[in-house]
Amino acid sequence: MLVTLNINGEDKKVDVAKDTPLLWVIRDELNLTGTKFGCGVAACGACTVHVNGKSVRSCQTNIQDVEKAKITTIEGLNSKVSKAVQIAWRELNVVQCGYCQSGQIMSAVGLLSEKENPTDQEIDTAMQGNACRCATYQRIRAAIHLAASKLEA
Amino acid sequence: MTIQTTRRNLLRGIAATGTALFIGYNTNNFLSHTIANAAENTDLDYLNPFVKITTDGTVTVILKHFEMGQGTTTGLTTLVAEELGAEWNKVEIEFAPADHAKYKNLAFGAQGTGGSTAIANSYIQYRTAGAAARAVLIEAAAAKWSLKPQDISIENGMITAREKSAHFGELIEAAAKLPLPEKPVLKTPDQFKLIGKTKISRKDNIGKTDGTAMFAMDVKVPNMVYAVILRSPRFGGTLESFESNKAKKIKGFIDAKPMPSKDGIAIYATSTWAAISARKVIEAKWNYSKAENRSTKEIAEKHIETLKKAPALQARKENDFDKTNKAIDKAAKKIEAEFLLPYLAHAPMEPLNCVIEPHENGSITLHDGCQFPGIVHPTIAKILDLKPDQVEIKTYYAGGSFGRRANAKSDYATEAALAYKILGDKKAIKLIWTREDDLAGGYYRPMAAHSVKIGLSDKGEISGWNHHIVSQSIVKGTPFEKALVKDGVDHTSIEGIADAEYEIPAFSVGLTDWVSPVPVLWWRSVGHSHSAYVKEVSMDLAAKAAGKDPVKFRLDYLKSDNKDQKRLAGVIKLAADKANWKKPLPKGWSRGIAAHKSFGSYVAEVVEISSNEGDIKIERVVCAVDCGVAVNPDIINAQMEGGIGFGLGAIMRNQITLDDGIVEQANFPDYEPLRINDIGKIEVHITPSTEAPTGIGEPGVPPAGPALANAIMALKGKPLLKLPLSENGVDFA
Repeated sequence: MLVTLNINGEDKKVDVAKDTPLLWVIRDELNLTGTKFGCGVAACGACTVHVNGKSVRSCQTNIQDVEKAKITTIEGLNSKVSKAVQIAWRELNVVQCGYCQSGQIMSAVGLLSEKENPTDQEIDTAMQGNACRCATYQRIRAAIHLAASKLEA
Repeated sequence: MTIQTTRRNLLRGIAATGTALFIGYNTNNFLSHTIANAAENTDLDYLNPFVKITTDGTVTVILKHFEMGQGTTTGLTTLVAEELGAEWNKVEIEFAPADHAKYKNLAFGAQGTGGSTAIANSYIQYRTAGAAARAVLIEAAAAKWSLKPQDISIENGMITAREKSAHFGELIEAAAKLPLPEKPVLKTPDQFKLIGKTKISRKDNIGKTDGTAMFAMDVKVPNMVYAVILRSPRFGGTLESFESNKAKKIKGFIDAKPMPSKDGIAIYATSTWAAISARKVIEAKWNYSKAENRSTKEIAEKHIETLKKAPALQARKENDFDKTNKAIDKAAKKIEAEFLLPYLAHAPMEPLNCVIEPHENGSITLHDGCQFPGIVHPTIAKILDLKPDQVEIKTYYAGGSFGRRANAKSDYATEAALAYKILGDKKAIKLIWTREDDLAGGYYRPMAAHSVKIGLSDKGEISGWNHHIVSQSIVKGTPFEKALVKDGVDHTSIEGIADAEYEIPAFSVGLTDWVSPVPVLWWRSVGHSHSAYVKEVSMDLAAKAAGKDPVKFRLDYLKSDNKDQKRLAGVIKLAADKANWKKPLPKGWSRGIAAHKSFGSYVAEVVEISSNEGDIKIERVVCAVDCGVAVNPDIINAQMEGGIGFGLGAIMRNQITLDDGIVEQANFPDYEPLRINDIGKIEVHITPSTEAPTGIGEPGVPPAGPALANAIMALKGKPLLKLPLSENGVDFA
């Protein structure tokens, strides 16, 4: 079926099977490969994107449900919050293998867009759906705090 | 010198982009350099370049080790930039091509990454290449400016003398004409500007935070088809027949073909989703006559049964079971324990995958997060009937490995090559494993059963230690057998216990191999992943029986006149000190310690926990590590933090189990990885050292599990002999 999706501010037409999850449209059809496939069952968060500013797992998102929505992938990040998050991530050398980090950053931007100064516990609650097999969690927590302080300043 | 224009450059279609100075080793292993077209890159036939400097002054370090998160892109680059005097932000990276002879890992003689060897085996090699480049640039500047070399200095990518200055690129032409020093003088540690610097920016920082870093999973080449494999649900099963009519209704489905290896069906489609969808509706019949048809319960019971018999193999030269048993028989107190550790999957975040791209001239490119080019390259060439120089491997960032991509059988690349071949070897294919494939696909950390008998004297001193391991050999039947099996003993089954640092008077370790069609593989820290658990939990059981403090008890078996033992004692003391070991904790809290040497490095960890209505929470982990010279302290910290998390997550709740031979874990919800809320603060303390650098990717893992178990035992009293801890009645908050 033909669908039009608004991704990173642009309308994109794709012709795919109607049950194709948003993740595979983003990756295979639109070549936006920053969004990753990790599990396909919304259990790891590597595929996190924003739909109207909210973090969602694109591997479990039906394309018909987001036809009228504004979808943002890691490539489309340009808000003040997202810049602060990316800079904090780099300053603290958060990444290791890096495969989950697009999803981590999308979730972190989602969190800081709603909550200016989250506590450790609020960070843990917001981020626990994003798995990192390299276990970079301690730096993720620190980077979210650092980004929050950058935004406050 | 003549420069041959090589096939690979033609393939890549790279136009000339100016000249560059290349420095590396020639075929006789002497330092060598040349000026060549910058696009020649690593294809200079007589030279294996490690450093490339272009006319604009950019330094590119060519990496013989891949990056799976462990920090090689930063580490190897640091070694060159340090000696060369390069400006950190102007140093770029490039992965070396598959070239066995040129880019071999000096620790195992073939090209590949593993065993926590990247820095250790490159430390002198990469620094020497950088130092040679520095020396020849200084000579070139001296000649140009009519000065003495000692008047010239290099720093931050600039060559300066008095009022004169030039960047590297301005002197490469002249430098190429000068002879290289035979033995370049390396800096002494007091001259280091980058090595040991607390914080330098990781080379992969930008691409991994803006979505541009390329993993093999992100590769798309023209006319590529997507393939998944439907594998036998039981290990060792073979395909009898299959029916793919229903798949024909799936939009994008191309074809399904039986694999020549008879262990699966290759399913082709025009997209990943179509391939995955088609696989769900294909029905296959399998022959299980040679398969592993047993359940975990039975396999575990057989391991334990075998433990009770005399070991088939002797794991220590000094083994004297009679003497050991006599010492234990005479002991005032005896500790006997049987441990059982489960199969574990690596579950790297990026599921396994690779792309095979054919070229018009009959050659191919394998796009892969390739950990063992030295093995993958000849394997693929053989399957596809190609000459070695017709197979190019392009290496990408790997989304984790933990050992999984370092496979002696090149399993997923072999599958891709076979799937490509049976489709007619003309169409590019991307082979993808899903998470379900990953968890059910084998190559696990083997199940391991250990029996331990310890005798204690009336003074609470260990008088004898008798140890027996039953586990499946990882390397028997692989190209690693020759190097790692001695007198029938697979070193990876017994490492960490047969060579334990503790000074034990009568100490015997035996091994019996378990045999099964379940494929097994090294899992971050290999044998240490089970031996350290058993050794360190046993030490706590012994300390408790002796009525002694676990830290003091360990130190009693480490002598100060033995360098090895002294370094282990050093990290135990440092970790205990930083964790305030002697300071009492609030009610419901406790601590546990474990220490272990692996991959040449010494690590001790103290885990601090609290208990809320019986639910355990990991509050803090304090880690001390002695890995020789700390090349990149922040990466060492990161590897310790990650290794601790990896070890703890597995020991808390991970296991792969079989039900009549079928893997019971389908996806992450059944093999729950460590989550951010599972773990509190991790502090890492590095022992200052001038010893040669040793491993860092794996040594953080082994002590984490036993330190946690020892903390829980200190709180609850019950020995924790069966893993994961969730199987032992331990609940986590």
